[in-house]
Amino acid sequence: MPAPIRLRELIRTIRTARTQAEEREMIQKECAAIRSSFREEDNTYRCRNVAKLLYMHMLGYPAHFGQLECLKLIASQKFTDKRIGYLGAMLLLDERQDVHLLMTNCIKNDLNHSTQYVQGLSLCTLGCMGSSEMCRDLAGEVEKLLKTSNSYLRKKAALCAVHVIRKVPELMEMFLPATKNLLSEKNHGEILHTSVVLLTEMCERSPDMLSHFRKLVPQLVRILKNLIMSGYSPEHDVSGISDPFLQVRILRLLRILGKGDDDSSEAMNDILAQVATNTETSKNVGNAILYETVLTIMDIKSESGLRVLAINILGRFLLNNDKNIRYVALTSLLKTVQTDHNAVQRHRSTIVDCLKDLDVSIKRRAMELSFALVNGNNIRGMMKELLYFLDSCDPDFKADCASGIFLAAEKYAPSKRWHIDTVMRVLTTAGSYVRDDSVPNLIQLITNSVEMHAYTVQRLYKALLDDISQQPLVQVASWCIGEYGDLLVSGQCEEEEPIQVDALEDEVLDVLEGLLVSNLSTPVTRAYSLTAIMKLSTRFSSVNRIKKVVSIYGSSIDVELQQRAVEYNALFKKYDHMSPNIAVITIHATNSTEADMTEFVFQAAVPKTFQLQLLSPSSNVVPALNQGSVTQVIRVLNPQKQQLRMRIKLTYTHKGSPVQDLAEVNNFPPQSWQ
Amino acid sequence: MRFMLLFSRQGKLRLQKWYTATAERDKKKMVRELMQVVLARKPKMCSFLEWRDLKIVYKRYASLYFCCAVEEQDNELITLEVIHRFVELLDKYFGSVCELDIIFNFEKAYFILDEFLMGGEIQDTSKKSVLKAIEQADLLQEVSLNLKHKMA
Repeated sequence: MPAPIRLRELIRTIRTARTQAEEREMIQKECAAIRSSFREEDNTYRCRNVAKLLYMHMLGYPAHFGQLECLKLIASQKFTDKRIGYLGAMLLLDERQDVHLLMTNCIKNDLNHSTQYVQGLSLCTLGCMGSSEMCRDLAGEVEKLLKTSNSYLRKKAALCAVHVIRKVPELMEMFLPATKNLLSEKNHGEILHTSVVLLTEMCERSPDMLSHFRKLVPQLVRILKNLIMSGYSPEHDVSGISDPFLQVRILRLLRILGKGDDDSSEAMNDILAQVATNTETSKNVGNAILYETVLTIMDIKSESGLRVLAINILGRFLLNNDKNIRYVALTSLLKTVQTDHNAVQRHRSTIVDCLKDLDVSIKRRAMELSFALVNGNNIRGMMKELLYFLDSCDPDFKADCASGIFLAAEKYAPSKRWHIDTVMRVLTTAGSYVRDDSVPNLIQLITNSVEMHAYTVQRLYKALLDDISQQPLVQVASWCIGEYGDLLVSGQCEEEEPIQVDALEDEVLDVLEGLLVSNLSTPVTRAYSLTAIMKLSTRFSSVNRIKKVVSIYGSSIDVELQQRAVEYNALFKKYDHMSPNIAVITIHATNSTEADMTEFVFQAAVPKTFQLQLLSPSSNVVPALNQGSVTQVIRVLNPQKQQLRMRIKLTYTHKGSPVQDLAEVNNFPPQSWQ
Repeated sequence: MRFMLLFSRQGKLRLQKWYTATAERDKKKMVRELMQVVLARKPKMCSFLEWRDLKIVYKRYASLYFCCAVEEQDNELITLEVIHRFVELLDKYFGSVCELDIIFNFEKAYFILDEFLMGGEIQDTSKKSVLKAIEQADLLQEVSLNLKHKMA
């Protein structure tokens, strides 16, 4: 039988395949050859065959039939076999495979091998993918190696121990004795990094370990100091900085040890300040150390000067050309914005500028941070920026941005009008991205803004005339028109500059009916507009038109609409005899005194057989010296056609004192109730 | 670190190292998805992104993307340095490394990675030390092969 082809030759051959099918054919052929070679228990070429299998596995082809072969390679005495065998194990034999545990014995033997590179292979395999069971079986061996004087093995054993602890936390205790001298000066610097990683893992997992290792703080501080002060060490140097990887790890361990502990935090205060001020910032590596330092400062009980120093570093990061640096700055600021709110506020304008960044992740963070920084003082300015951002941002952001704006507006709106305007702006620019639950919330908001009803419905109506595609906008608008349609057609407005909306009843009904038939309207929207039309039957005079529309939808194929229409039809029939008997009375209140009447409220009561409906007043301030009036519409239902009598009560505040006025009105003209 | 992937601009996987136990089909799915996400990134964008519940750090070196998934508490900036150190090791070993080296010598690339990182953590922060260990192991491999020939 000819020797199986070499690995590199196979790779070369497979790469010549021009199509997926051709490749698959080559692979299948080679797999067949490999399978028969395995069946023949060929020791010589097993290594070569498994290596080829691993290559094909990387291309995405199944390789499970090589699992046992990996075990055989691991058990071989040849180093070259073991190397490929362990690699194969790591790629094909994770703990989910049945044969995984079969490795245990081999690994145990190799952990005690005479050659350190073999020991290294087994430590690596165990430390990368050993199962809990395997870890339990072999923890003792790892612990032994943790105490060896061979630093090559000791550093690997430390990381292997980390994996063991992750898989079987109860075993942590057994490694404690071995950690005793890990950081001592006697050791070569080589094991420092992995020692710190092991200590970190233990402290993160166990509060007892954490208290136990707090005593290491002075030692860690000393090591860090030496790193910074030491001369050039070419082996560990990166862009002029001594062993940045170790520096970062020490800073992280210090963070864990200093958190919540005054003494430890104090002990590390100076070194943190030193690292923060002396680290070279021209390259990424220096900034990586600064970043870790900032994280540590923010987490421990550092003095305020140090915290401000940290926030300022983040502020400088925000101005860095490197977007990676800007990104981590925003992330960190987001974490500290609650605790160090004022310090972060100082960088608000830089943060807001990041809304215009080209990078999506940066924009998102800037947006989150901006919302966290909004308060009563900066609401107007911030909202301007955020609305601008909403206009131009990616669709992915719009929903979150809109929600954020609504929340901020609710909390800090300087005036009701500003609030409604902001809500309108969001609905018109990002109306299709607004969340479904916003619609009822907005309706609630509008209902509660009593003085703004006319303004709101007029603006919403105008928006509808422009665009009926954004469903949340359309739904809120329909609801408002249904509720405040009378204010819409009467054209009255509380605001100084009325919106100039000339809306006749028929035009309004045209718009609402348009929504019912439009393809753009969702079923929910149609339901809203049908209900609105129905409600207008008590506010508008074109009742017959409304009746007609409602009866048409009684046979709609949309079940929801059909049900509503049928029920509304029934309502019509029930109150048919009542409708002609509605008297509409408009009151005008004027004030000739020299002081305004504020908090003006008009109330009325009628005899039992009548029904009274008071619509919203145009305002609750009656200006002094006849400079304006408050109008309010009263609708009186008089089914028994009795003589209309009314008791009225006026309450208002005049020159600081509350005033109450009662009267009876009995002189309504007969036409109003006959 | 949860895993590291090396892949080409055409979406061909060149190396995959998983530091957590994951089912084979989940690995395939994640690799496919992540490759798509990273390859869609524009050159001016930053090297970090959020994907599922992980932080992804990636950097492109010539035709290869080096992509790591790290934990919430990991420092992204130092991860970039970790990636860079790995590239330097490959470069020193292969002498001006290029994608073809990784393709034809993938097992060696794994050996280097496994000498540099274990369980996602750095074993030795000295470049020299890692390269020396690989060199010695290669020598040992030679010796064991020579022995075989002697016996044959």
